Amino acid sequence: MALEVNGKSYEVDEEGYLANLNEWDADVAAALAASDDAELTESHWEVINFLREYYEEYQIAPAVRVLTKAIGKRLGKDKGNSKYLYELFPYGPAKQACKYAGLPKPTGCV
Amino acid sequence: MSTTKKFTYINRKAPYGSVYALESLEVVLIGAAFEQEVQLVFVDDGVYQLTKGQETDGIGMKNFSKTYAALGDYDVNQIYVCEQSLADRGLTLDDLQALTYEDEDDDWAEKSSMNLVNREQLSDLISDADVLLNF
Amino acid sequence: MSTLHTVNKSPFERNSLDTCLLLIKNDSTVLLIEDGVSGALQNTTASQSISDAMQEGVKFAVLGEDLNARGLSADRVIDGISVVDYAGFVQLAADHDNVQSWL
Repeated sequence: MALEVNGKSYEVDEEGYLANLNEWDADVAAALAASDDAELTESHWEVINFLREYYEEYQIAPAVRVLTKAIGKRLGKDKGNSKYLYELFPYGPAKQACKYAGLPKPTGCV
Repeated sequence: MSTTKKFTYINRKAPYGSVYALESLEVVLIGAAFEQEVQLVFVDDGVYQLTKGQETDGIGMKNFSKTYAALGDYDVNQIYVCEQSLADRGLTLDDLQALTYEDEDDDWAEKSSMNLVNREQLSDLISDADVLLNF
Repeated sequence: MSTLHTVNKSPFERNSLDTCLLLIKNDSTVLLIEDGVSGALQNTTASQSISDAMQEGVKFAVLGEDLNARGLSADRVIDGISVVDYAGFVQLAADHDNVQSWL
């Protein structure tokens, strides 16, 4: 499968996750979101950028429990809870945000 | 389901030469979701999994040594390293990553997850475990 | 006939290196690769047998890429063992008449 962005083709798996995380950029993120009929706001970007940094440091996408705790520490308690994160990413914060961040599905996500 | 069990993972293989080390790490991360007590034991060639400064570009494999530093986030903070296994390999604790966790009950103070253990302590860890997983 | 012996198992886990050193001719070369590179380090329980074989005339090399992957730096390798890269591996194979891989 492939995703078309600005005339360039990006390989994605059957669930729409980007095959090569090095190909990711902001336009690709927006296109990945658009294929779910979602639009990325500043709040979405806070989480996406956090995930990119976490992956860069630890080579994994964090489990949702770990993500929630870490977001709370980084961005404040009002954002470090599942209600807030599920409102931003209704398909599941770790799963959906990782997809837009160009990361593989989180370990332990079945 | 309210009872917490002690899950003890015994890691005895070097990384990269076989898939055991990576498989163990993935099971630990997935298992962490069940919020049980988790202990990781590194013995024999397993101690090589934690060496500092791993650089895998040359062998074209993913450097999963960076992931051990995330274990604290997953509330996996009981890491036991066999003293004798290090000595037999010309290594000391200084050659390993200094893994830490933040203690929620102590104002998120950063604390060490690393414990150097002798044979007797290792023997006790194994006999005290509820569930033993070997890699 | 000169033979290049490759050992890819840890000497602390398998007896591949021991058997190799028991059966090797003195003018041969041992190349440590993959998990076998841990044997190249100083001050291990395997160091003495390598030093003894070196005294007998056996040459030793270790693959640098595999050392790096395991966080083992080249300056901790036993004196006299040469650190080679993949091109050096190929050169060693070409320089010998045969290759024996101790799996």
